[in-house]
Amino acid sequence: MTVYIIRRVLQLIPVLLGVSILVFSLMHLTPGNPAQLMAGESAPPDTIEQIEESLGLNDPLPVQYWDYISGVVQGDLGTSMRYNTPVADEVWPKFVVTLELSIYSTILSIFMGLLAGIISAVRQYSISDITIMIVALFGLSMPNFWLGLMLIQWFAVNLGWFPPTGWEGPGSIVLPVISLGTAGAAIIARMTRSSMLDVISQDYIRTARAKGVKRRVIIYKHALKNALIPVVTVAGLQFGALLAGAVLTESVFAINGMGRLLVDSIIQRDFPVVQACILIIAVVFVLVNLVVDISYKFLNKRIDLND
Amino acid sequence: MSQETILEVNDLRTSFFVEGNEVKAVDGVTFDVPKGKTLGIVGESGSGKSISALSILQLIDSPGEIVGGEINFKGDNLLKYNDNQMRKIRGNQISMIFQEPMTSLNPVYTVGQQLREALKIHRGLGKEAGTEKAVELLELVGIPSPRSRVTQYPFELSGGMRQRVMIAMALACDPELLVADEPTTALDVTIQAQILELLKELQDEFNMSIIMITHDLGVVAETCDYVAVMYCGKVVEYADVHTLFKNPRHPYTVGLLNSLPRSDMDQEELEPIRGTVPAPHEMPVGCRFAPRCPFATDLCHEKLPELEDVGDEEQVRCWIYTDEWDGDPEVKVYEPEARTAKD
Repeated sequence: MTVYIIRRVLQLIPVLLGVSILVFSLMHLTPGNPAQLMAGESAPPDTIEQIEESLGLNDPLPVQYWDYISGVVQGDLGTSMRYNTPVADEVWPKFVVTLELSIYSTILSIFMGLLAGIISAVRQYSISDITIMIVALFGLSMPNFWLGLMLIQWFAVNLGWFPPTGWEGPGSIVLPVISLGTAGAAIIARMTRSSMLDVISQDYIRTARAKGVKRRVIIYKHALKNALIPVVTVAGLQFGALLAGAVLTESVFAINGMGRLLVDSIIQRDFPVVQACILIIAVVFVLVNLVVDISYKFLNKRIDLND
Repeated sequence: MSQETILEVNDLRTSFFVEGNEVKAVDGVTFDVPKGKTLGIVGESGSGKSISALSILQLIDSPGEIVGGEINFKGDNLLKYNDNQMRKIRGNQISMIFQEPMTSLNPVYTVGQQLREALKIHRGLGKEAGTEKAVELLELVGIPSPRSRVTQYPFELSGGMRQRVMIAMALACDPELLVADEPTTALDVTIQAQILELLKELQDEFNMSIIMITHDLGVVAETCDYVAVMYCGKVVEYADVHTLFKNPRHPYTVGLLNSLPRSDMDQEELEPIRGTVPAPHEMPVGCRFAPRCPFATDLCHEKLPELEDVGDEEQVRCWIYTDEWDGDPEVKVYEPEARTAKD
């Protein structure tokens, strides 16, 4: 087990290096001169050259990459061109907000999805199964920004239960989390249902029944642990997607998160901030996948991704 | 019956309801299991033998349903039991082992965890006592270094070892009846013999009764004391194993024996039963075997015979052995000498 985890962690190193190279290249592959941008449209060529020199933009690419990566490792993500402040100061608080939003939404997705999926599978073709699957299809098909708007209309404006916008205090997180987590819950519910149905018809479930095991124990102990593997995979991917894709929800609820920062920075061509955001999202995504891989091993000892 | 019986199955009916049609998988099956003995249930695929076995423990899944009959275990009709009462029987007084050892163990729990489960449910054994008992059981079924196996997962064991684990699990609570549904079909021939030998030893040791479901007459000859031959959801012949092999009465039983290769006779070729098992929706009205039977008369095609006593402990479902028989009164259903054709 420990060996498995260590090997999985070591395998992250090349992945992260690759990610950093891609992120670094972004700046050089996109059109537009950052020095020109910083100096302004009408700046004289001398000033631009001076800025290029001070940013090291005339150095060979490997040197620039080395400067970049050694900075990143020390927590220096560069300087924002817009605000002329360290990027880390700019990105960090917003990353925390988006991370919270993503974590709460994923928890909601997993909890609701598992519960609905299990009920559906255990009572296949019953009224509750059909209802759950229709609701899930609805949840899956609704764009989350639209759902967000509807939630604001009903629960914030009409009923006044929750604040319509912002990210302060426990009340304010309810609507954004529901709006972001619903699609994930729907996907996980459908995944759990089909996975459970598959497992319930296996021979070892019959063996458990022949031993006199209670139905509830069969479902939650014998069946669920086997059915969880595809569910965990989906939940991991879901989390990554939320992190990168929360921008619409953040806009609807006026939450000052990383999604909004990223979009604003792209529009403003604030490359260091864009780089930092993408790097953070990529690293978190990779780490979530590591957690998923490790949890496979807990669920089924037979799985060995190192082979 | 001259001896004590542990299980009496009377007129058991299990049907599957598919798209409004009733498929009678088990259609009025009757047999007894004498205490401490082995009853073999033999038949082709689809004869209803496995469904009969699953019905005993009420492990039939929807759309299947037990629609009638009695399953008397030590005098109590199990079909009257509710789910809770039934759970106390399963894995405790009646255990079951299955055909596929590769898929019958839960892949995500250790051998020990799975062995302890029945011990906890029926005997209230905790983790430590359960583990001790599990080691004991693994030793009993002939698994080498049992203590280290307890923490292993099923995928670390071979098919034969897994079937031994299944048997250990089934024996955990000293059952009085073991239902073995084709326990050796999926195993290599050498392993088959070992498993059958093991079951016999354990039976002698614990005075356990066994129902051995199989399609293999070789397994029957080796392990069973009594045999029920099933065809299309019905028992067509019941006899003790010696009588069945020496003097089979039902033409279907004879057909099964004739299609078996024998080393003690010089045969040119095997004689298969002609035709195929009828599909469930086109069951013949008369004797189910009539369309394939070389002796069938008009009576056989028109009326279904009953399972009649033809000897002390022998029953057969065939018109030939009744007063109503309208064919050749001298008909010889089984002629062992006919098989020694070649010089």
